[in-house]
Amino acid sequence: MKHVDEYRDPQMCRRLVAEIRRTASRCHTIMEVCGGQTHGLLMHGIDQELAGVVELLHGPGCPVCVTPAEDIDFAIAICQRAGVTVVTFGDMLRVPGTGISLREARARGGDVRLVYSPLDAVQLAKDDPEREFVFFAVGFETTTPATALAVQQAARLGLKNFSMIVSHVRVQPAMEAIMDWDACRVEAFLAAGHVCTVSGYASYAEFVRRYRVPVVVTGFEPVDLLSGILSCVSQLEKGVAEVENCYQRSVYIEGNPHAVRIVEETYEICDQRWRGLGVISSGGLRLRESWRQFDAGRRYSRVALPIAEPSRCRSGDVLTGRIKPTECEFFGRECTQETPFGAPMVSSEGACAAYARHTRQPV
Amino acid sequence: MNDDASASCPLPDDGRDDQIALAHGEGGRLTRRLLRDMLQPLQNDFLAGLPDGATLPAVPGRLVFTTDSYVVTPRSFPGGDIGSLSVFGTANDLAVSGARPRWLSLGLILEEGFSTRELARIIASIARAGEVADVQIVTGDTKVVPRGAADGLFINTAGIGELVFPTPGPSSLDEGDRLLVSGPIGQHGLAVLTAREALGLDPAPTSDSAALWPAVEALHDAGIRVKSMRDATRGGVAAVLHEWADACGKTLVLEADAIPVSSTVRGACELLGLDPLHVACEGTMVVAVASEEVAEALRVLRQVAVSSAAAEIGGVVERRVAPVAVRRSLGQLVPLDEPSGAPLPRIC
Repeated sequence: MKHVDEYRDPQMCRRLVAEIRRTASRCHTIMEVCGGQTHGLLMHGIDQELAGVVELLHGPGCPVCVTPAEDIDFAIAICQRAGVTVVTFGDMLRVPGTGISLREARARGGDVRLVYSPLDAVQLAKDDPEREFVFFAVGFETTTPATALAVQQAARLGLKNFSMIVSHVRVQPAMEAIMDWDACRVEAFLAAGHVCTVSGYASYAEFVRRYRVPVVVTGFEPVDLLSGILSCVSQLEKGVAEVENCYQRSVYIEGNPHAVRIVEETYEICDQRWRGLGVISSGGLRLRESWRQFDAGRRYSRVALPIAEPSRCRSGDVLTGRIKPTECEFFGRECTQETPFGAPMVSSEGACAAYARHTRQPV
Repeated sequence: MNDDASASCPLPDDGRDDQIALAHGEGGRLTRRLLRDMLQPLQNDFLAGLPDGATLPAVPGRLVFTTDSYVVTPRSFPGGDIGSLSVFGTANDLAVSGARPRWLSLGLILEEGFSTRELARIIASIARAGEVADVQIVTGDTKVVPRGAADGLFINTAGIGELVFPTPGPSSLDEGDRLLVSGPIGQHGLAVLTAREALGLDPAPTSDSAALWPAVEALHDAGIRVKSMRDATRGGVAAVLHEWADACGKTLVLEADAIPVSSTVRGACELLGLDPLHVACEGTMVVAVASEEVAEALRVLRQVAVSSAAAEIGGVVERRVAPVAVRRSLGQLVPLDEPSGAPLPRIC
């Protein structure tokens, strides 16, 4: 298949592995920011192939893992109201809030519908004016243009029955939070290719200057991932720290200006609570005042929920690379894909799910 | 949907019988009329006079008996509908058990308000599939439930087949045995998902829903000593292999490059973040044979329409930590996880 096969070419992969091994004089610790990259690395066995020269740490880039439990609880409370439907991406269904997940809420009679595009949620609202539709807008910079467009479309159509729970997160502040942690072991980052497709990578220049770590924009196929790793290793061996783009077929330095403009028109930066990580300064987005009529938080009251038992899930440690999923005492024992303790084990981009799917589990 | 089927609609389209009413399931005149009209395309000696049960002829040897229920949404999708699926699905369960499919029962649960015209189309599709699969519908039942108590139409079929080709089953798999699939994988699941979610893929994936018995019979007639056969329905090929690995205590290894996947399915899976190995098939089976029989088994399978794209996809090795593993581009063996729950498309 065009645009895929050439980036999975076994010969090319082997050449890159050999070059990484030739270049590395010691073992380097590299964080892949995005959960999609974690799955690619493990699915193709790249972590095993580079054992001894590169240690890969999983980063915070799993949107549903970092969506705060209270936002999920809020969505669950809304979907149980008469005449209200919560619309969401498939990924969000399985992730538990402080208690149940949206899927369980649906089984108990809540109205939850799946869409592939936020614009489909607007269409649902347009087609059924008697019902209220609340779109659960989660995700990194990759999904923000589409949700921003949904709000703008709803405004153009004059819809009174459409609103959004906005729980968007921004990846770079999370990378800063990881670097600011004293015991941080990360020497270089594979930046998330799809995020950079939207927002570009100019903003990483300042990050690289401040923290002196290489940031390499990297895609998701084996050849992309290995090229990104090679760039990190080469920089680390030379003792330099630069921003490099190893995903040129998709990413330009300025990103997608049209998408960036729509996002800026619609959202403003805010502090945001990340699940497992706490509040990250400038780590999220909220609707600008001029669009607040579409804010579900203004339409529906957030009921005070009973305080849940503290979760045993160590998602915060996993999402910052402090431990690998396999180093968690619950992984593969009490916490499995069937009996997950937390979001990273359930989400399709979750690090624990990736390790559970693609690596050896302790018996 | 086939236009011929609607043209031969056996139910009167006089405006009154547009929708199934509760009374259709309560016995009496409406029920009798519904059954008489509806069953017209299915007619055979067993159904004549609508007896309470079918009296079947004696057969030499042993019988295989199976049942399955069909609740697919949407009821119609590229390559089939709930009617044809309910025939092929149950007939295939018999076929991969080594049994020639002979007789089916047909249970219909209809939601009040269901369109009689759609029902007629589905019955016509059942009749056609029965002819293709060479099975007879010999008994049945119809119930109507109040609006909201079912999603349109649910079908249950049970099937009886003559055991002609018993296989030792997955516990007999041994190191060195080889694994084949009868055709490209993942077609059905993606066809249904694409139709259900109106994804607008072009070309739209088409279900592989079809009768597998001709392929099984060809293997039997050629004297291939098949060790195990299974149609890769829910959970796809991955689910079958995990069951087999559990049964034999060995590890099953797949060669990613050897697995037949149509470019449409591959593209759609890339887009949706799904692994074709986890996606359901409805006319594709996994077959295990000893290594010396691979060439002949492939030659035989490829002469039959339903298995013309059969391929060798891997083999059985000594047990490692992972029960099922895939060799991907770098040559590394990577564990293949067991499907858990329905595949959900990812966010980005």
